[in-house]
Amino acid sequence: MAGNGRLGARHRRPDATALTIYLPIAELPVAIFAIFAMGLAVGFISGMFGVGGGFLMTPLLIFTGVPAAVAVASVSAHMAASSFSGALSYLRKGLIDLPLSGVLLSGGLVGTGAGVATFTLLRAYGQVDLVIGLSYMTLLGSVGALMLVESVRAILRSRRGQGVSIRRPGTHGWLLRLPLKMRFRRSRIYVSAIPVVVIGFGIGFLGALLGVGGGFLLVPALIYLLRVPTQTAVGTSLVLTLVTMTAATILQAVANGTVDAVLALILMVGGTMGAQFGARAGQSLKAEHLRLLLGLLVLAVGLRMGVDLARPPEDPFAVTAKGRGN
Amino acid sequence: MIRLLLACGLFLLACAGARAERLILSVSEPHVLIHSNFTGADLVLFGVVEDVPQAGAPPRYDFAVTVRGPQETFVTWRKSRVLGLYVNTDSRTFVDCPAVLAVATNRPAEEIAPPQVLRREQIGLKRNIFLQRVGPDFADVVPDDPFRLAFLRIKTDEGLYGEAPNGVNLLSPTAFRTRFRIPARAPVGTYEVSVKLFADGQLLQTAATSVVVEKGGFEQQLARFAEDHALFYGLAVAIGSLMVGLVANLLFKRD
Repeated sequence: MAGNGRLGARHRRPDATALTIYLPIAELPVAIFAIFAMGLAVGFISGMFGVGGGFLMTPLLIFTGVPAAVAVASVSAHMAASSFSGALSYLRKGLIDLPLSGVLLSGGLVGTGAGVATFTLLRAYGQVDLVIGLSYMTLLGSVGALMLVESVRAILRSRRGQGVSIRRPGTHGWLLRLPLKMRFRRSRIYVSAIPVVVIGFGIGFLGALLGVGGGFLLVPALIYLLRVPTQTAVGTSLVLTLVTMTAATILQAVANGTVDAVLALILMVGGTMGAQFGARAGQSLKAEHLRLLLGLLVLAVGLRMGVDLARPPEDPFAVTAKGRGN
Repeated sequence: MIRLLLACGLFLLACAGARAERLILSVSEPHVLIHSNFTGADLVLFGVVEDVPQAGAPPRYDFAVTVRGPQETFVTWRKSRVLGLYVNTDSRTFVDCPAVLAVATNRPAEEIAPPQVLRREQIGLKRNIFLQRVGPDFADVVPDDPFRLAFLRIKTDEGLYGEAPNGVNLLSPTAFRTRFRIPARAPVGTYEVSVKLFADGQLLQTAATSVVVEKGGFEQQLARFAEDHALFYGLAVAIGSLMVGLVANLLFKRD
């Protein structure tokens, strides 16, 4: 509570009583416990559902006043930390398909580079907010709706006493029957490498552009499109998140200079702690209930983004800094 | 010959200086260091008028203090509705504007001097010149231009621009004190403090000093490293992140 009631301190701060820490790259002070609590909460959710949580963290940071560019870049570092922690656990249990993640990565790294370049370009045209908002809305809206429908069906099926079978061979045959077929033993699939590389590219691109790990996209894609078993899909997606987010951290630092190490550190300490509690909470829930909850969450974030874009803004004007002059 | 001319010039200057008022300024903290607990800095500026003419009644002095932060180029965007969505459609680029602008006077500027003098001396937020890039040219626009007004309003809301019509306290007719604030979100760099002395609506003297705002110790080293060695900084953050992940995994390993 110290430092309050100082004479003439008329400036606006979100919370004057909170302990703040100065972010050296973002060049602004933030309430350290608020950021830490956000890391903890998002980490809890990510541990519970086995997703990275970047799709929640980035918008939250932007909401607290961190510039979008710094938020996206610093969350990348946080994602690298939390996915590494998760990937190690899955590796010990033998739930990672390394050849599959290798093929995904070949597309993923190219996608990350393209994403960072696109981000730099959009920043120059002032359309970062629009593209981020639109992409979040479309992606989260459609993925959330799909998960919702699928999990409700699964719950109904199990209520009626039917077995839940996600692996239905035969559908999407043309996609997997393309040339360059490869066998991935651990995932027990034999598919063309082309859709795998394309999926990897898409995830890498969106990850770098939106500051999301892409787990919430990749896990469903692996399960539903490539028919990878759920646990192996989560483990393999963690490896992809790990590598693309590590690459994104380095690329963002070089291309945009917007990675704030202090911000990232607070986030990752909170995030990795929260993830442990979340993982424990998640084990007491049924898989389809988990997917239903995650679907609802994803859909809600997507809708929120859409509302923000469609609602008349409080202030039609905004000022962005373009650079130091002299 | 040139030397002689120079000497004459200097002599004349010295004479002129001796007759006119001089302004002596002192700022409480000429060097502000930003540490991790930085939430802004409150500074005090003192000023004294020296060499007040002895003949006749002393004039009534007025002071206008302007603090200008490091220059940055800003873009003001305007959103409008496109296909049901609100999108940035129009923008103006404000070139080399101060990132922080604080103006204080001992009484409202309009009472100090006539409008043309105030405009020429750029006293007050709305009279400060903000250059805009207009095609290939640079020019300021009319004061009620919507983009210019929005720029000033947003910067004021952010606490970076401000105006205090009675912010200068006169300690005596020839001495003043004023406070100004380096806001928490202010960029690092040199802050120019300029004081203009008026009497009877005329500018008598200008004096300037400056405040350097720097990141201290760790903050500065980190920021400089990130800027000068972006690749190594990126690698270091990436490796550090992986270490945090590893430690977390080992700490919380259950089986």
